[in-house]
Amino acid sequence: MAYSDKVMDHYENPRNVGSFEKDDDAVGTGMVGAPACGDVMKLQIKVGDDGVISDARFKTYGCGSAIASSSLLTEWVKGKTLDQAAEIKNSDIAEELALPPVKVHCSVLAEDAIKAAIDDYKGKQSGSADKGAA
Amino acid sequence: MKLPIYLDYAATTPMDPRVAQKMAQYLTLDGVFGNPASRSHPFGWKAEEAASEARIQVAALINADPKEIVWTSGATESDNLAIKGAAHFHQRKGKHIITCKTEHKAVLDTCRQLEREGYEVTYLDPEENGLIDVAKLEAAMRDDTVLVSIMHVNNEIGVIQDIAAIGELTRSKGILFHVDAAQSAGKVAIDLSRLKVDLMSFSAHKIYGPKGMGALYVSRKPRVRIEAQMHGGGHERGMRSGTLAVHQIVGMGEAFRIARLEMAEENTRLLALRDRLWNGLKDMEEVYLNGDLEHRVAGNLNVSFNFVEGESMIMAIKDLAVSSGSACTSASLEPSYVLRAIGRNDELAHSSIRFSLGRFSTEEEVDYTIALMKSKVDKLRQMSPLWEMFQDGVDLESVEWAAH
Repeated sequence: MAYSDKVMDHYENPRNVGSFEKDDDAVGTGMVGAPACGDVMKLQIKVGDDGVISDARFKTYGCGSAIASSSLLTEWVKGKTLDQAAEIKNSDIAEELALPPVKVHCSVLAEDAIKAAIDDYKGKQSGSADKGAA
Repeated sequence: MKLPIYLDYAATTPMDPRVAQKMAQYLTLDGVFGNPASRSHPFGWKAEEAASEARIQVAALINADPKEIVWTSGATESDNLAIKGAAHFHQRKGKHIITCKTEHKAVLDTCRQLEREGYEVTYLDPEENGLIDVAKLEAAMRDDTVLVSIMHVNNEIGVIQDIAAIGELTRSKGILFHVDAAQSAGKVAIDLSRLKVDLMSFSAHKIYGPKGMGALYVSRKPRVRIEAQMHGGGHERGMRSGTLAVHQIVGMGEAFRIARLEMAEENTRLLALRDRLWNGLKDMEEVYLNGDLEHRVAGNLNVSFNFVEGESMIMAIKDLAVSSGSACTSASLEPSYVLRAIGRNDELAHSSIRFSLGRFSTEEEVDYTIALMKSKVDKLRQMSPLWEMFQDGVDLESVEWAAH
């Protein structure tokens, strides 16, 4: 598989590999994909009181472009509000990394991952808000 | 030591320099370049003599009669000629064929074509170790079964089928038996004077000969009849027309001659290297050997490194030329059908690496490979959410994945 330099760079030097405590209320976790399909992506965001994503981590089981897509995504979401982060499109990722057509699904997975992480975070917030009201 | 290290001898081999030197003598004006079919001058006679000598060498490795060797362009053509040729010739007797799910595509796709022509094909499931249960094969036989096609050595997992036992069974039932021996010739002893095999396919480039060259063994005692698939000139006793590629033929003959002389010694050396490699890897956590270790060709090791995806591993081990059962490295985007057929789940199929050692592999290369695999698998596992879950004691089977 001939990959672009950008994919190779993210693959060789992945940014923000790791995990946050997933029970932390300030953390949103998105896990998408399936081992049977050959890729699983876990993306975590840490959100500040101002609603801005202050940090992000990922772990990915998958091919080089899946790893590169998630690595790039962690760079992109930092400093964005949740709404801004939710606007990241898979096509932006595919374009930035010059993914070959058969690997576009990796960027789709990355878009799903950030959406899932945001949903998880929002779910936690509304949950604790309910508790606060009770 | 030169990088990258070639560990893909099951895909193809470099030619032995002795083979290349010999072939070079059969190309130019000052060499033997004639057409063996030219009966009217010495150019033809010498070429004919060279092809005959090569036929003797190929036959000698497998203890066959040189008259039983039909030259082809490779094992794929041999498989096509054997299976279609036998099925077409005997179609009035029956239209049922038995093969196995782990066969090479040259056999499986040929069987699919025959299905389109109205034949019925039974695809046997191998056991978990990759071997065929002969009782299950017998149970699949019918009155209209005309052909059984089972490979000798599997290209992915290297397991050796018991073709002696299968041959006894097919011969007793009057069913033809074809064996794809592309991965076994020169690696496993083959004695066709004893084995009850009717048709056997060979390749030159898997044993240090040229690409684009192969042969089909067609038994004379008992006499096996097949229908030609290539017409025009009646070469090879009408079974495969086309001017003989003398330089290729000579190359195959030389490769088979060297294999006959050096096979025993080479196998001992390869087995020691293979064991060294496996001993270096097997104590890592969550590694799985694919296929039986006992009934296995010396140079093959197929290992799944759980929780690491094959293509990313191939990228991480750029210093090694190996192949993977991962979907991402195949054109079809499906994980290895061979590993699926022996019951490996998708994850393990995606995580598999085939190492195949050969004539020019060294201990130094094996040691380098072990160290590299350990460090890269560790690095990728640190990046793998599945590894993290496994470490946390999560049962991955119980997780509901959002499949896509």
